[in-house]
Amino acid sequence: MRLAPVFLGSLARRRMATLFSFIAIVLGVALGMAVQAVHEAALSEFGRGLRTLAGAADLQVVGPRGGFDENVYALLASRPEVAEASPVLELEIKRAGTEETLQLLGVDIFALARVTPALLPKPAATAERFATLADDSVFLSGAAQTALGLKAGDTIDFQAGTRRITLKIAGDIPGAAENRRLAVMDIAVVQSRFDRIGRLTRIDLRLAEGVMPGAARSALQALLPAGVLIEVPEAAADQAANLSRAYRVNLTLLAAIALLTGGFLVFSAQALSVVRRRTEFAFLRALGLARRSLFGWLLAEGAMVGLAGGVVGVVLGHGLAWGALAVLGGDLGAGYFSGLTPVLKFQPQVTAVYVALGLLAGIAGAWLPAREAATIAPAQALKAGDEGALPGGRGHPWLGLGLLAASLAACAIPPLDELPVGGYLAVAFLLAGSVMLLPALAAAIARLLPDRGPVSARLAAARLGAAPGHAVVAAAGVLTSVALAAAMAIMVASFRDSVDQWLHQLLPADLYLRAGQARTSGYLDEALQTRIAAVNGVDRSSFTRHDNLRLAGGKAPVALIARPLAADGSNLPLVGRAQPGAGPAIWISEAMLDLYGWRVGQTVALPLAGKLVDLHVAGVWRDYARQTGAIMIDLADYRRLTGDRLVNDAAIDLAADADAGRVAAALTALAGPGVLEVARPGEIRALSLRIFDRTFAVTYLLEAVAIVIGLAGVAASFAALAAARRREFGMLRHLGLTRRQIGWMLAHEGALAAGVGVAAGLLAGGAIGLVLIEVVNRQSFHWSMDLHVPWASLALFAAGLVALAALAAVLAGRQAMRQDAVLAVREDW
Amino acid sequence: MERRDFLLALAGFAASAAGAREVVEFARVLPGRKLIFPADHGAHPDFRTEWWYATGWLNLSEGRPIGFQTTFFRVRTGIGEDNASAFAPRQLILAHAAIADPALGRLRHDQRSARVGFGRAGFATDRTRVWVGDWRFEQDGGLYRAALRSQEFAYDLNLVPNGPPMLNGLAGFSTKASDPRHASYYYSRPQLTVDGSVTLAGRPQQVTGQAWLDHEWSSELLADGAQGWDWIGINLDDGSALMAFRLRGDREAALWAAASLRRADGSTQIFPPAAIAFEPLRQWRSPRTGITYPVEWRVRIEQRVFLLQVLMDDQELDSRRSTGAIYWEGAVRLLEGGREIGRGYLEMTGYGERIRLG
Repeated sequence: MRLAPVFLGSLARRRMATLFSFIAIVLGVALGMAVQAVHEAALSEFGRGLRTLAGAADLQVVGPRGGFDENVYALLASRPEVAEASPVLELEIKRAGTEETLQLLGVDIFALARVTPALLPKPAATAERFATLADDSVFLSGAAQTALGLKAGDTIDFQAGTRRITLKIAGDIPGAAENRRLAVMDIAVVQSRFDRIGRLTRIDLRLAEGVMPGAARSALQALLPAGVLIEVPEAAADQAANLSRAYRVNLTLLAAIALLTGGFLVFSAQALSVVRRRTEFAFLRALGLARRSLFGWLLAEGAMVGLAGGVVGVVLGHGLAWGALAVLGGDLGAGYFSGLTPVLKFQPQVTAVYVALGLLAGIAGAWLPAREAATIAPAQALKAGDEGALPGGRGHPWLGLGLLAASLAACAIPPLDELPVGGYLAVAFLLAGSVMLLPALAAAIARLLPDRGPVSARLAAARLGAAPGHAVVAAAGVLTSVALAAAMAIMVASFRDSVDQWLHQLLPADLYLRAGQARTSGYLDEALQTRIAAVNGVDRSSFTRHDNLRLAGGKAPVALIARPLAADGSNLPLVGRAQPGAGPAIWISEAMLDLYGWRVGQTVALPLAGKLVDLHVAGVWRDYARQTGAIMIDLADYRRLTGDRLVNDAAIDLAADADAGRVAAALTALAGPGVLEVARPGEIRALSLRIFDRTFAVTYLLEAVAIVIGLAGVAASFAALAAARRREFGMLRHLGLTRRQIGWMLAHEGALAAGVGVAAGLLAGGAIGLVLIEVVNRQSFHWSMDLHVPWASLALFAAGLVALAALAAVLAGRQAMRQDAVLAVREDW
Repeated sequence: MERRDFLLALAGFAASAAGAREVVEFARVLPGRKLIFPADHGAHPDFRTEWWYATGWLNLSEGRPIGFQTTFFRVRTGIGEDNASAFAPRQLILAHAAIADPALGRLRHDQRSARVGFGRAGFATDRTRVWVGDWRFEQDGGLYRAALRSQEFAYDLNLVPNGPPMLNGLAGFSTKASDPRHASYYYSRPQLTVDGSVTLAGRPQQVTGQAWLDHEWSSELLADGAQGWDWIGINLDDGSALMAFRLRGDREAALWAAASLRRADGSTQIFPPAAIAFEPLRQWRSPRTGITYPVEWRVRIEQRVFLLQVLMDDQELDSRRSTGAIYWEGAVRLLEGGREIGRGYLEMTGYGERIRLG
């Protein structure tokens, strides 16, 4: 017996429902695939860049961004464990007068050749003698030359401090030709021309033959000053991967929810379709089709939709990834991998996994309806009508309540491997629990509905009360998508609002001035600080120094910010109570609590200027800028402890009668054109929020997808229902209802079903939003935020969704109503 | 003498002499300056370039002969003279080492380079002492010690001189062209008795032999029109020693030549350019680089006619990866009247491209 046309053909007969299920799966798979492909590309590109930079190094000595004493190099190079040591002074440098920055490596080419030969500069044919050592030469990678529109022989101006230095491009770096930001110079020249005499930022070590990196690492670490660590070269790649991992996992889970919705749509379509085909199945069973075969064929229907969705999904996913890389960059706009140009690579295994996920969603969606259909007793089904057999009924309210309780418990689970597993579990429990509770909620709402109004409305209400199963199938799709969209909206609104407030608190001054964004090479020296304070119209100027610290091996560096601080921390966005002490204090960001376990009131040892200094943790502040942790210290304390007199930024309070524009112009004129950047806090805030919005562009996209999926669920359910209810519509026509009235009834039904879904979805979404804020964000990014519910947009969204659902129900039912009433009633008799 | 200047390009200086900037005043080589020892055994950092160049024949324990080469260069770059950075590359130390083993049929060679500072490389000015990484060449009392280690080979040799230095040219003032501006201070220490150990293929063994040391310093680059040079330093069996070189133009013709012969009694005879002739007899083509080198020579010094025969044909040293320079430096036998009368080293440069100096 050829059964394929009977079963798989049924997919074609209910085109709309199949199409929506298919689209939902495509979207879920495509988003997941895109996120995966983009990050894989970015990480592999990032890792490749790091490998070029690390070369044959077995170990790397790293320290704070400001560097460490160069004598560490002499010390390590003379050790028997070390075959070759390559000293590096790395700076971020800014092309004078522009926003372009480059990664400048000051190297000793003699040592470089034996550790990281890929970084060896190659003088152009026209370069002069000793160009690789010359104090006026710089080597730019081929891609950097192209990006800057320069070639060998040209000159380029860089900013050093607030001065401008002119260098000649003497050649390229053939081993790192694709690196768009790489520049190499002799280390002595970088030290002298960028005022870093005596400093190194990294030493690459190649170990002597037979020396194990582990043993050498501990032996050498003991020789190093505080804050200077020995790492394996992979550590930096791991840190980058970890840094972006939480972001990546969050996006992937959003895609998973889309996929879940797709599976759910398959479920609703199959459930209704199975009901319609009860008689058909009864015949087949009576003709001898085994129960298992029927089950298998029905699963195959779901599998087919899932497989098709999976295949199209991965194709679309790669397309999306390609587009995202071109438009947003490797971090989807989140800023983790600036300056990279990742190339998309096709990964067969990963792609297969995503196709399989689509397939799985299809099969899972078809499972329950298939099992129900297979359990039908043929004789009974042949006799009875089909409506009574719709799934649903009262659902599983106790299980639902249990799941909600479990979600509360899951929130208490600490992060596993730095991932908020508990948070994700809680979200899943919340969704599943609300779906289970939905029938009970629908029944409750039906009881509350007034027994008045036009006949179409009363019919719709009666139907919801009598056969909630119909509505529940449609409402569950709406619930899932509304919950997702509402949760995202609440989380993003809270985040944005908190960031905005935080920016207000952090930027209280009238003007901000900085020596470019390249903080290692652009700074304000003491003379300039004095001149800034003396500018006419400047009432008060306070300065900020940025550095970072290495506190633990394998962990990303922690930002160190030195600026004038009030003793009680009142000029910081504090979280919780401060405990100012007597001695020098530090104020730590929330990430320091999570990552290093520091507590307020504790005394911690910080490696400042190569020595450990005991400092009192006076309080915790909120920091949305650095998820790897930040430490704030009073500028006077910092200067006393380190002797570092340079600063990077200045905050300017204007005198009462001063004109901001005029003062800004006077400040800018203190250095050459394009060297000092002066901004008003409003501009900085606007820029920050613009970056914020770009980061969340992907989540906005997901919200839109969620809405489409929800509407698709309503339309698909009603299309299937309407087809199943042709006899009912015929009967209603016989009883004297006009087509218009039946249309209104359908609209009411759609609105009611959607209304139930939206109401439940908003509740579930609110709860999920809280989980996202309190658990997922806190554990992923280590920052807290204040709850901010966008009531107006949620209300607008809910109302719009109900109206659209009504419209979808009417459109779906129209075809069924078109049929002749008499014919419809006669149909099966 | 510029014969080895090109090696100064080591470590990736693609160079053109035309672009050289003269920001510092290098010390000048002037006739009439008397060489004073032991001070002149040490480095002369005011001059642009300087080298200690030891070559010789060693007998392995099984009696088989091999050749060895140890070269330490000191280069004053003229760069970073007023740079406060401890990394300022004012002085560089570069070193080449090679073993010529007929059993292998080609050279084992390696090189090191570093800027002076942080104890990574350096030199002494009061005696011969120069090092880069764990490679060193130094004078200790009456003897020299060369200790080098590489992946493929290692050696630790004591070189003992048997008399005072042989001053080449005019009491150590050695001209390289008709223009006396192109000159160096140059003395040799021939007939060094060698003992020590050589490690080949991981197996150390005791060796003895005879070696030759050149020490030379100058500030002038190669004369215009010079394409390369040929040089020999031979310890003769009768206790005498012969040094000869010629500078070639782009044709075979010699632009300049010089020779010194120290007799066993210690007296030294210096020969004028006209008394010296180098005549290639047999060619060998390198399978790696395609460059053809003369590997058998007739050398005429006044009336005497010598024949040079190489220990093995392939003693080409390819350092293109670091310098772009390819040269031939190897062990040779000196014959007179069909009979071997001495052993030493032959150096030939400029047979591929013109040697680009510094």
